[in-house]
Amino acid sequence: MDYGLDKKSNSLKTSNTIFIVIWLLIACFPFIWTFWGSFKVRADFFSRADWWYAITAFNTLIETGAKFTTEAYSGAWFEGEFWKASRNTVIVTISVVSISLFLGTLGAYALSRSTKNYAFWLLIIALIFRAMPHITLVSGYLFPFFQLQIWGILPTTIVVLVAINQPFTLWLLYSFFKTVPKELDESALIDGCSYFQTFRHIIMPVMWPGVITAGLFSLMLAYNDFTVTALLLNQENHTMVPKIQSYLGTNQHEGNLMWAVSSVVSATAPLFILVMFFQRQIISGLTAGAIKG
Amino acid sequence: MPNRSFFWFFLPAGLAMILFIGLPIISTGIQSFYAQHDQILVEVKKCDPFGCKVSVVVDQEATSKIKDEKPLGKFNGFGTYIDRNHLAVDQVSEFWGESKSIGDFINKVGNLPFYKALVFTLTYCVFVTPCVLLLGFIIALSLNAISRKIRGPLIFGTILPMIVTPLVGSLVLFWMIDAEGIIGANLQMLMNDPYLSLKSSKTLMWITIIIYGVWHHSPFAFVVFYAALQTVPQEPLEASIIDGASRFQRVKHIVLPHIYPVVTFVALISLMDNFRVFEPIIGFSAEGSAQSLSWLIYDNLVNEEVILFGSAAATSIMTIIGISIILAPVLIRTWREFKTNR
Repeated sequence: MDYGLDKKSNSLKTSNTIFIVIWLLIACFPFIWTFWGSFKVRADFFSRADWWYAITAFNTLIETGAKFTTEAYSGAWFEGEFWKASRNTVIVTISVVSISLFLGTLGAYALSRSTKNYAFWLLIIALIFRAMPHITLVSGYLFPFFQLQIWGILPTTIVVLVAINQPFTLWLLYSFFKTVPKELDESALIDGCSYFQTFRHIIMPVMWPGVITAGLFSLMLAYNDFTVTALLLNQENHTMVPKIQSYLGTNQHEGNLMWAVSSVVSATAPLFILVMFFQRQIISGLTAGAIKG
Repeated sequence: MPNRSFFWFFLPAGLAMILFIGLPIISTGIQSFYAQHDQILVEVKKCDPFGCKVSVVVDQEATSKIKDEKPLGKFNGFGTYIDRNHLAVDQVSEFWGESKSIGDFINKVGNLPFYKALVFTLTYCVFVTPCVLLLGFIIALSLNAISRKIRGPLIFGTILPMIVTPLVGSLVLFWMIDAEGIIGANLQMLMNDPYLSLKSSKTLMWITIIIYGVWHHSPFAFVVFYAALQTVPQEPLEASIIDGASRFQRVKHIVLPHIYPVVTFVALISLMDNFRVFEPIIGFSAEGSAQSLSWLIYDNLVNEEVILFGSAAATSIMTIIGISIILAPVLIRTWREFKTNR
């Protein structure tokens, strides 16, 4: 801690640095290792003989003639139809983010500007809804969806993910709109704007920082979801995460485990790049709920 | 905001939540009182030159007819809740009668599917939550002492385990601890036991999943604690340094009391998240040795022969009850804050 007066001893500094280095190694090494291994053949990454083969690429050299191979990637993306899964993920993610931001900004704005008791109760209900395990909701969906014959298709999953995401978005945007001064829209109302006009012309131009944060979280939820997509989509419409799981089911087959490895890397990479650019917004979003209550 | 405009602003979000969160909970509740139909059996008399045999076969036509008429299944009341796969009331009372000691009784009850899952879920919560708080706090303290210039990349590295989905995170670790992976192979060498496998032993598997849980959730605790540390006032800290307080004393008497509300918040959130542990069990292929409540529901829903809606719904309702017990303090806290803010 930077207390100015505090004289830090050297031994403390060193042990602190060592701790951070070890923690970062624990946090990041698994990803680096998987990324490295995804360019090897299975016999190297899961080596029966010696794990060191994963570094020296012993079998990869024999099987492909080079130290690195993109076989796992081409296998998963084309033969394993991972391109289809990633296309589905893009559709689901974009739709979920845009719809849930549209609903969320309207709802949260109303909640933040209402002084009535029911606004508070709605927030409490949203909090309860947020705590529901997704799998329990899915067990409620399956039967009606089968009966209505809307199971297995992308639109159903998109609407479900939007709804599941709504409580968190509402809370996040609610605490953001609370920081936007009320005087801003009050003056617009006095000038004769309707509530919707106020929202459209006064609030929308200033709400982007909050919307970006909320959008990032809906994006991460839609992109990362396993429970809903695995159970509500049919094989054909699977998104990336359930697709990865489906490669595992057949891992007796020689190539498929490496397919899973390469698709894990393909699915994680865009997320990491995104977080690299938007780290500040993600952290502010996570703390907004905690610090402001 | 007048009620009318509020209604129209909130309608889309409210409708989405009612239709896809509120109704499903009610639907789960209704389903839990029904069970799938029994198959209709008919006796068929088959005669061949050696004599006649009466055999019992499933009448497919009649069975599917009943299913079409009542797709929800037959009404079962609380039958599903107390059957062997859930609360197992009969079995538990039977064990109570025949067991010689309490230990024996607990052992037998612990082997029933629902209690087995409950024990794992609670063990996971009890071990992971405190470790997450502690590790998150230590990382936050020690990152806070590092020069501001290089903190950005360090924070990025720290939050990586949190942003990947649990399935991917657990898979990445699983491949490393595999007997043919880097950690698994080295453990075998270290222990000098070529047959050592984390997958084969129940205890080792539980420990692995718990370690995974700490790895995955600590970054969240870190982020919140780190932000809270930025708001700790400097004057009392400086005063305590002049008074000769040690580093540990400063943390204990000034920093911790200041961030105490945040600690309870993180504890409750991570308790709730841990209670619904599910994906790591799939990722680690640990179904054999570790089952959680959420996994039981998933297993019923992907059942190959017939989806056990009633059974899944009953477990769901009991999970929701568990979550509500954990949630109660959060709600009370929010209520108090709301009252004081007004």
